[in-house]
Amino acid sequence: MQPILRSKRALLLLALTGLVVLFMLMVPAGDGYVLHRTDGLVYAGGGGGGGSEAVSSEGAEAGKVEYPPAPKLKESDYPTISGINSRVFVWLVAQLHLWFAAFVLAVPIFVFIIEAIGMATKDERYDKMAYEFIKVSITAYSITAIFGGLLAISLMVFYPDFMKYLTLIFGDSFIWYALIFFAESACLYIYYYGWNAMKHGFRKWMHLTIGFLLNGVGTTLMLFANAWVTFMMSPEGVDASGVFGGNMWEAIHNHLWNPINLHRFIANVAYGGSVVGAYAAYKFLSATTEEEKAHYDWMGYTANFIAIAALLPLPFAGYWLTAEIYAYSQQMGITLMGGVFAWLFIVQAVLIGALFLSANYYLWCGMERSEGAYRYTPYIKYIGFVIVVCFLVWFTPHTMILTPSELKALGGQYHPILGPLGIMPAKNTAVNIMIIFTFLSFLLYRRANKIPTVSWASFGNGVQIGIFTAAMVNIMILGVYYGYFTNTVYKVASSVPQVVATLMVIVAGVVIDVFMYRGAKEVGPLKWGKMPERSQYALFLLAVSFTWLMGLMGFIRSAIRQHWHVYTVMRDNSVDAFTPTIGYAAKVVSVGTIIFMAIVIFIFWLSHLSGKKQTEYQR
Amino acid sequence: MRLLQFVIWVIISYLFFKLPGILMGKPIPSSLILMYMFFAVVMILLVMTSTEKSTRELLAPIKSMLEDPSKKLIRNVVFVIVPIVAGVITYEQIKPTYEAPVELRSTHPAPPSTIKIYGKTYDLLALENPYRKYEKEDPEKFKELVREGGEVYFKHCFYCHGDKLDGKGHYGQGFNPLPLPFQGKDTIAQLQESYVFWRIATGGPGLPKESTPWLSAMPIWEDFITEEEIWKVILFIYDYTGNVPRSWE
Ligand code: HEC
Ligand code: HEM
Repeated sequence: MQPILRSKRALLLLALTGLVVLFMLMVPAGDGYVLHRTDGLVYAGGGGGGGSEAVSSEGAEAGKVEYPPAPKLKESDYPTISGINSRVFVWLVAQLHLWFAAFVLAVPIFVFIIEAIGMATKDERYDKMAYEFIKVSITAYSITAIFGGLLAISLMVFYPDFMKYLTLIFGDSFIWYALIFFAESACLYIYYYGWNAMKHGFRKWMHLTIGFLLNGVGTTLMLFANAWVTFMMSPEGVDASGVFGGNMWEAIHNHLWNPINLHRFIANVAYGGSVVGAYAAYKFLSATTEEEKAHYDWMGYTANFIAIAALLPLPFAGYWLTAEIYAYSQQMGITLMGGVFAWLFIVQAVLIGALFLSANYYLWCGMERSEGAYRYTPYIKYIGFVIVVCFLVWFTPHTMILTPSELKALGGQYHPILGPLGIMPAKNTAVNIMIIFTFLSFLLYRRANKIPTVSWASFGNGVQIGIFTAAMVNIMILGVYYGYFTNTVYKVASSVPQVVATLMVIVAGVVIDVFMYRGAKEVGPLKWGKMPERSQYALFLLAVSFTWLMGLMGFIRSAIRQHWHVYTVMRDNSVDAFTPTIGYAAKVVSVGTIIFMAIVIFIFWLSHLSGKKQTEYQR
Repeated sequence: MRLLQFVIWVIISYLFFKLPGILMGKPIPSSLILMYMFFAVVMILLVMTSTEKSTRELLAPIKSMLEDPSKKLIRNVVFVIVPIVAGVITYEQIKPTYEAPVELRSTHPAPPSTIKIYGKTYDLLALENPYRKYEKEDPEKFKELVREGGEVYFKHCFYCHGDKLDGKGHYGQGFNPLPLPFQGKDTIAQLQESYVFWRIATGGPGLPKESTPWLSAMPIWEDFITEEEIWKVILFIYDYTGNVPRSWE
């Protein structure tokens, strides 16, 4: 029995690998031929296959396809199903799909890295942890697919004409998307189910390679989806009336594509880290033995580390995205930051602050694991002070919410001290300092259990303090001087050296630390598992804030198009084309967050269940 | 006494947020103080509970107040005070007031992508000040244009926006919303010239819905001055205040 089973599995693996390879071979060939579809939505040119209603005679003669302009819809063109608000339905499904997708795309990224670390250090624990991370994402993967399917169906049901128009332009990429999705599934399943079968030697390398492929395929998948979304915001490859020029690459490579690619990629990693952190917290809190506690504490720590590491560069990617939105369209930019959504950005700032606070708090609590930490605990209050001050600056709004009597006393909506704090230079400065201090928390945490033995330790310390101070002064001067005493061109430009200063601190800090603590003495063994329970709630908070934040930003991203399906090209004429109030949007996002968290907890519970065996006497 | 420390820190932060406003006669908005206080308190709590030892010290008095039999008197007093405080706060929140409700008015709403004025349609995304190029090409001419813009300003605008462009014109104070200043980094320094053109040409009635419930008293200048005059006065208000229009290169 046994050998047959085994060979069957080998066969399966072989078949799946073959599929992947086949797919990989197809990618470069993709440019060469045209896919003919018979659904009548997309009209492939050339020999005149496909449908032909839209192909005008001259167009066909020239061997070119002529595309119709974007349809002008009427309210009656939108199908309705009584009892279902189509916008809210699509909104929630899309958001849930996005949450799960972000999570399942992110996990393999760091699982791959952790697996590689495990291979390099030959430390079994890493391998075990990586495996457990990917295990969590497997169930989530099928849920992602379910919501993806539901999203596609609901879009076609509720917005058929809009989907037709998109298909006209992106039809080919839809097919690719489906293929890539299969490839991704194949890679993921081989990666996961093959984990123990490919554990040593050459096979392990093969396994790692599949992990790499998995990430490549997953990221490609995301790039496609991002292209559709950004096309809706910053359409390119079509003219003003929406006539498609025939070049899909132009439509894909539109103005906001890369900014969103970057922001999403980083945000996804941070988000994935925070969700597996919540998983570890869940397991930690329900652990019954000391070993379990220690294991999940370590897992939570790693997850939090991943989340923070990705969190630190995120504001920069965010600013780039915002700047590009402005550059693409002043109107969209102002809708985003100056108009009604300005208030949502305050909420965004508050949530991001909450992320920073919980991440820092978790590190501080983590110092309890080591006996040497008492040397550093006095600094916590200063770090806390700086972070909270920065954070307050960061969310101080430009235009205040004022009661009428305050308005009178102020003589305007702008406050003489707070006004300057409300604009970008102040926020850039605050965010950079906040990042540097979060990094400092991490540095102290790293040092808590160690005593350097190199002779130049005090010198190294001095250099580090020097770099910190210099960078801080630099950032402050850049922010205050260039931000307030010069014009907007410098203002925008000055944020770049600020970022450079921050990155410098992080890189130099890490490099010096690594050398300085080489062969350092340990104060005592690290007590994994000796973590107060409240710290685990910080991990939960991290995941919840992240989810909420992402939902909120997803709403903003989509809402700044206002009453357009495709910005300035295809108008949304459904009854729901208006921008909902902030409170309403917040409620929808909250409901989404609750659904998501409920499913996630269910997944955690499932993974718990799969580890259980009913024994005879439990019956 | 950790608990005492906590209380002191909370009070200090409150004063820190409140005092500058009182001293300057320019109150810090209460909505903002509420948010500031929330995060200040959270941070103080986080710092104080970051180690096991200080957490215990912080909670010890509360615990003993709740559990220690000898503290019965204090316990009873606290149990009376807490509900009363909660009651007073609730009452303060819901009692009727004569103040108009707080409005989320947006001073700088998003502009439309095109506007129709002077019988023409302007694409605000691409619109530029036709005179701006002289700043580099022909500084003499530019100076002259700014001067002409100044004339427009003092003929039409300074009643409201003030002779120092600080929004304190002698008519200005009677309006709600108040005319905006052009000095400082809050207003025109943040805007592109096409935006300012739109605001001047269409005035208060041209504002979109986010800027309601009160449309501003800013007149529809399209009806009174020419397109060229608007562009010139824009040159003037930037030049006079030393601001530079927002641009993205
Ligand atoms: C009757 C008084 C009045 C006069 C006269 C007046 N304004 Fe205004 N102006 C206002 C008010 C009120 C606002 C809007 C304040 C608000 O919306 O919060 C305003 C707003 C503006 C803005 C928008 C600023 C911003 O940051 O969005 C500009 C620009 C402006 N005025 C320029 C002018 C110019 C140029 C003139 C002369 C041609 C002029 N105003 C004349 C009252 C006036
Ligand atoms: C600091 C300035 C920032 C700005 C202006 C900004 C702006 C935006 C915008 C416009 C979006 C919508 C685009 C989209 O849905 O893909 C977005 C998405 C998002 N942002 Fe940011 N962001 C900033 C910083 C951050 C930070 C620090 C975080 C994380 C803590 C963050 C997390 C996210 C997440 C999770 C999404 C959703 C990504 C997705 O849809 O896949 N952002 N951001």
